[in-house]
Amino acid sequence: MDKIGTYLTPDHQRCDGYFSVAEEAALHGEWVAAAIQFDQFLSAMQQHFTKEETVLFPAFEQCTHHTEGPTEVMRMEHTQMRELFQDLQQALVSHNASTYAGASETLLILMQQHNLKEEQMLYRMCDQMLARESGDLIERMQSIVQ
Amino acid sequence: MALPGLSLEQAPPLSVPLRFFLTAPLFACLAALLLLFAGPAALASRWSPALLAITHLLTLGFVTMSMMAALLQMLPVLAGSAVKQPRLVAWLVHAPLSAGTLLLAIGFASGWKIAMIASLPLLAGAVLTFILVAAYSLARNAARNATISTMRLALGALAVTALLGLTLAAILTDHAALPALKLTGLHVAWGLIGWVGVLIIGVAYQVVPMFQMTPAYATRITCWLTPWLLIMLLLWSFTFWWAEGNAKWVALLGLAPGLTGFALATLSLQHKRRRRVPDITLLFWRLGMASLLTASGIWLVAQFSPALSAAAFYPLWLGVLWIVGFTMSAINGMLYKIVPFLIWLHLQSQRPVRGTIPNTKEIIPDKIARRQLWAHVATLALLLGAAALPKPLVYMAAITWCASSALLAWNMFRAYRLYRRLTA
Repeated sequence: MDKIGTYLTPDHQRCDGYFSVAEEAALHGEWVAAAIQFDQFLSAMQQHFTKEETVLFPAFEQCTHHTEGPTEVMRMEHTQMRELFQDLQQALVSHNASTYAGASETLLILMQQHNLKEEQMLYRMCDQMLARESGDLIERMQSIVQ
Repeated sequence: MALPGLSLEQAPPLSVPLRFFLTAPLFACLAALLLLFAGPAALASRWSPALLAITHLLTLGFVTMSMMAALLQMLPVLAGSAVKQPRLVAWLVHAPLSAGTLLLAIGFASGWKIAMIASLPLLAGAVLTFILVAAYSLARNAARNATISTMRLALGALAVTALLGLTLAAILTDHAALPALKLTGLHVAWGLIGWVGVLIIGVAYQVVPMFQMTPAYATRITCWLTPWLLIMLLLWSFTFWWAEGNAKWVALLGLAPGLTGFALATLSLQHKRRRRVPDITLLFWRLGMASLLTASGIWLVAQFSPALSAAAFYPLWLGVLWIVGFTMSAINGMLYKIVPFLIWLHLQSQRPVRGTIPNTKEIIPDKIARRQLWAHVATLALLLGAAALPKPLVYMAAITWCASSALLAWNMFRAYRLYRRLTA
């Protein structure tokens, strides 16, 4: 059986990898490397957000019949993360290591507690409630990647 | 379809955790000031009135105070169950815990029994309220993970510690006649290993991989370590009570390997971390793990060296390493992650205007956190020195400690002041 959690959790780990390499490069003043890694991080994050916001969350909301639940909080945290991406981008452009370090630390904590809530709760709920359609949902999320 | 207990809310109101996190460093300051005023006499033995007061200012006022807040904060994230009426709960736990700890310390330091008796209903009320609220929240949680089950065990140990503490207070105030020394041994073990140690281990399962991007703790550790420690603690308690001479074998084969295993696993995971940028919390945690290992090493040597186990400084070393070195370092490190993030999170919800919200490193700059880290390291070293040589070192240790805890209090307060200024 296809599992939503098993499908989406590796995205988090992949993004974490890009995040930490970009952060280390920026803090060492290696701005070209930092920019390359950051771009990879950003596109991996955007892709993951799109999978959730256009496929998973609507399916969850349809199943639970309400949009002001866990998914609303998750969407709000996505917005907060997107704002921090902008701060990081600005720090990359202006080669400001200390601003990068601060925004990056803030993003780290926000992102990690967000991932934890998804992995520990939301994905598990989805796996329970959307078990029948999970194959189809995963296929639709996969089509976003291509 | 109903979603039992599932709420992914970001956090309870800021005032709920923050009052605990702002008060905790003040209790460390009080402990340091008491050491300064009591001088070498405080370190004459582990039973000196001033040292008993200092110990409780730390274990209740600093450690329990901040661990309770961390739990109230983590429950919504980890267990998916927000605490109901968080403001009321915070008030019902924080006020009596603060007042009770102060009165208990006054009772110990001055021998004034009325203060000690007055502290008991306050402390019992705070602990009972907290246990009920946390247990209710944990009982209806949506998630299953190792940290949640560890929190349950730690809560049980807190209840045992509190009951033993109440019994001891009844003995000290001449309301009961029971073997006080043995009960003290149990009270210390359940408090320091069962409540504080187990809870820090459970929190570590989440925060060590999260903040440093290390691999996760092995499943055999997260499944077995804390239940093993609690079973060994029970076994140790019965042995200690009825066959004291054999208790050290339970500790040697059960408790010590579990605790040192945890410290070694943590250090090894941190060594493999993917996030390799300088991090104050990481340094605090490494100091904590090194202290835990050193405490275990000294304890091990003492089991086979009557000279060491009889030395007056030996129990003080264990206490300093466990409380100041292990638990306070871990908590101190956590505060530098939790408090700036909470303030950032609440600024976000207060002021949606972009460009004006400082990031976490602007809320508490690394520079001032690092300064406090070094003051804390110096305090630990000087306290260990003062335990062995009280006369020349106790004042220097106490002054450094005052500086370290005042810096921590100031760093926390400064962050709160920034929040107030931006939301005014």
